[in-house]
Amino acid sequence: MMTIKKRVAVIGAGITLFRRRLKETGKELSYHASKMALDSAEMNLSEIESVVMGTAPDAFDGIHMKSENLLDGAGGTGRPYMRPFVGGGTGVFSPIAGWWHVASGLFDTCLVVAEEKMSPVQPHPQTAFRTIWDPFTTRPLHPNLVWIFALEMNRYMTVHNIPKEHIAEVAVKNKGNALDHPSAQLAAKITVEDVMNSETMVWPVQRLDISPPSDGAAALILASEEVAKKYTDSPVWIDGVGWSLDSSYWTNRDLYFPQYVAEAAKMAYKMAKIDDPPKEVSFAEPYDPFTYKELHHMEGLLLAKKGEAPKLTAEGVTQRDGKLPICPSGGLLGVGNPIAAAGLMKCCEAFWQLRNEAGKRQVDGAETGVCQAWGDLMQVGTVTVFRR
Amino acid sequence: MSFDKNTNPLKLHHLVGDMEADYIYTPGVAGDKFFKALRDDEKFLATHCESCNHTYMPPRMYCERCFSKLDKWVEAESTGVVDTYSLAHEDRDGEKLAEPVIVAFIRIDKTDGGIIHQLGGVDHESVKIGMKVKAVLKDKSKRTGGLNDIDHFAPA
Amino acid sequence: MSEKMKEVPGIYLRDAELKAEDAITFKWRPNAKYAWSGGIAYSRYLAELKNGRIIGRACRECGRILVPPRMFCDTCFRATDEWVYVKDTGTINTYSVSYLDADANRIKEPILVAVIDLDGASEGIGILHYVDPKVDPKDLHIGMKLKAVWKPEKERIGSVTDIAYFEPLKEG
Repeated sequence: MMTIKKRVAVIGAGITLFRRRLKETGKELSYHASKMALDSAEMNLSEIESVVMGTAPDAFDGIHMKSENLLDGAGGTGRPYMRPFVGGGTGVFSPIAGWWHVASGLFDTCLVVAEEKMSPVQPHPQTAFRTIWDPFTTRPLHPNLVWIFALEMNRYMTVHNIPKEHIAEVAVKNKGNALDHPSAQLAAKITVEDVMNSETMVWPVQRLDISPPSDGAAALILASEEVAKKYTDSPVWIDGVGWSLDSSYWTNRDLYFPQYVAEAAKMAYKMAKIDDPPKEVSFAEPYDPFTYKELHHMEGLLLAKKGEAPKLTAEGVTQRDGKLPICPSGGLLGVGNPIAAAGLMKCCEAFWQLRNEAGKRQVDGAETGVCQAWGDLMQVGTVTVFRR
Repeated sequence: MSFDKNTNPLKLHHLVGDMEADYIYTPGVAGDKFFKALRDDEKFLATHCESCNHTYMPPRMYCERCFSKLDKWVEAESTGVVDTYSLAHEDRDGEKLAEPVIVAFIRIDKTDGGIIHQLGGVDHESVKIGMKVKAVLKDKSKRTGGLNDIDHFAPA
Repeated sequence: MSEKMKEVPGIYLRDAELKAEDAITFKWRPNAKYAWSGGIAYSRYLAELKNGRIIGRACRECGRILVPPRMFCDTCFRATDEWVYVKDTGTINTYSVSYLDADANRIKEPILVAVIDLDGASEGIGILHYVDPKVDPKDLHIGMKLKAVWKPEKERIGSVTDIAYFEPLKEG
C-alpha cells in the first residue's frame, strides 16, 4: 500500500509547565517547548526543514485560525508549516503528520509543536464546547460536553459490569505518577475513597475522574535515519502510526468499545510488525482525560481484552513497576490537559522513557512504547508506536 | 436530491444562533512589560537580538529568526514614519463613517518593527507615505494598558 | 520531562494576579451571528417533529433505517431510498444524570439524559434526549422502555425540543 522512504527518529523533546493559566502567550509557550526540544537535540532552528503545529479548537485561545498566530513561536516563519487537526486526537496526530513529512523523503527534519491555551475562554473552557454540536439535532438540548462521556462511561460500565472502584484506581495511579513530573498541575497522593467521595458532576463522572483544563505546550524533533545519527547515538524510532475516525452520529454507535481506536492501533501495529501487543509493548500512554478513558483506550489499543482493563488496573498490572505500565507520566489526570499539548506530552514521555532519561518516572526495560489520543465526538483514534 | 439556487438560508428551514463565549486575554511575558511601560512611564520598549541585529517592535521574548531568548530591552522612540496607510470609510460592521479614518502602519524609530494605528491631526488629502509622525498618548487617567493608550499618531 | 533538563519553563498566573488592579487584560465577546439551513433531511425531520412524528430514511443496500435521517448512507455511500416513520417509543441504550449546565455551572436539580434506541429504527440507532425530570435517577436502567412526551401542538416549533422528554413506558 505504501512506500516508506525513510525511517523516522525522534531526537529531541521539550515541554512547559502545565497550569490552569500561564502568563506566557500561546506563541511564547510554543517557543519555550520548541527551544527546549532543539537544545536537547543540540540543534539550531536553521537545521529545521519543516514545522508541524498541532493545536485544538480555536475557541479556547479565542484566536481564529490560531496556528497562523502561533507560527513564529513554533519556528515556522519562512518554512513549510502546517496544522493538522483532529480535535482532541491532535496531540498524537501531529507527530504522525511530522512522521510523513520525513518518511516520504520530502524533508530530513521536522519540528513538531503542540500548544493549547484554554484559560482565555470564559466563564469556563466548557463554554467553547457549546457550539460543537449539530445545531439541529443536538444543540437545542443544551448539552454539556461531559454528558457524552458520562453516557459512554455508563454504557461501558454496564456492559461489562465494572465496579466504579476499579475505575477510580486510574485517578489514584495517574495523580500519584504525576508527583514525579515537573510539569504536573494536579499531582497528588489520593485514595480510591477520595475519588468515590468526590462531587458527582455528571453521573457516573465525579470530580476526581476528570482532568483539568490547562495552558501548556510540548515539542518533538523528528529526523530521518541518516540525519538523526549525526546528532545522537540514542534515537527513538517511530515505527508505527495509525489513525481512524468513526461516524459523527455517535447516538447510532455502541459506545462500549472504541472501534476507531482499535482500527488506528491495528494500522500502527501492522506497520511496526507487532503481533501480540500486550507482550510486545513495554508501556503505554493512552489518552486519559477521564479515568474510564484510560481503560477504554487500553482495550481499544488491544492491550487488554474487552472489559478486562479495570481488573488489570485493580490488580496493579498498570503501575509503573507492574507488568504493563500505563501512563507512567501521570497522564492528563495528573500532569494536566492542555488538549493538543497533552497528547504530545505523552509522546515526549515515550521519548524520555525509551532514552532512559525519565528519572524517577523511569520504567524498567522500556523497549516499545505506544501513545494514543482521542477526541471530537468520541470518534477519533490516533496511535504512534515508539521503539528504542 | 435537488439543488435549488438560493443563497439566503433565511428562506429555507433554518436556525439562527451564535458562537457565544467571553474571552479574557493576557498579553504574555513581553507584552505585559511593553504595555505597562507605555501605560505607566510613556515609554516604547523594544527587544533587541544581538546575533541578528534586529530590534522587535512590538517586543518579543524570543527572536523568530534565530530562536534565541531575548532579554535585552531597549527604549525606542515614540516617533516613526508612515510606511503605508489606508482610508477606512466603513466601520467593522460595514456601517458608513461620517469621516474616513486614516489607518496607518508606522515604522517606529530605532526599531525594525512598527505599530498599526490611526492618524490624527492630518486630513486624508495631505497624508503621505514617508511622513514623520509621533504618538499622542491618552491622559494618564484614561489609560488602561493596551494599544488604545495611544490615542493616535500625529504629524511630528 | 527529561532528567537532563533543569528547569521547566512557564510562569503560573494565579487568579489574584489576573484580577489585580494593574493587571493588563483584554476582554472580548465575539458577536458574529449565524443562520444554519437545515438541508433536505433535517428540514423534513424537524417538520415531522412539529406534526408529532419521528421520521427516518432507509437505505435498501444495508437495510438500515437511520434516525436522524440523512439523504446518503455513510456506510454504503449511496443515496438513501425512502422516508420511514419510526415509533416514539424506545429503549435506553445509555443514560446519565447531570449536575452541570452547559457552562459547567453546578445545578441542584439534575438533568436526566439518555441515548434512546427508537422502536422501528435499526438496532443501535438512537437519539439523545431528556428523561422526565420527575423520575428518580435510581430507577433508571439501561434497557428501560421509554415513550416520548410531546409538547402541546401549539407550542411546537419544528425542533428536537418539540418532544419535551421521554418518560417510562407504562405497562400494557
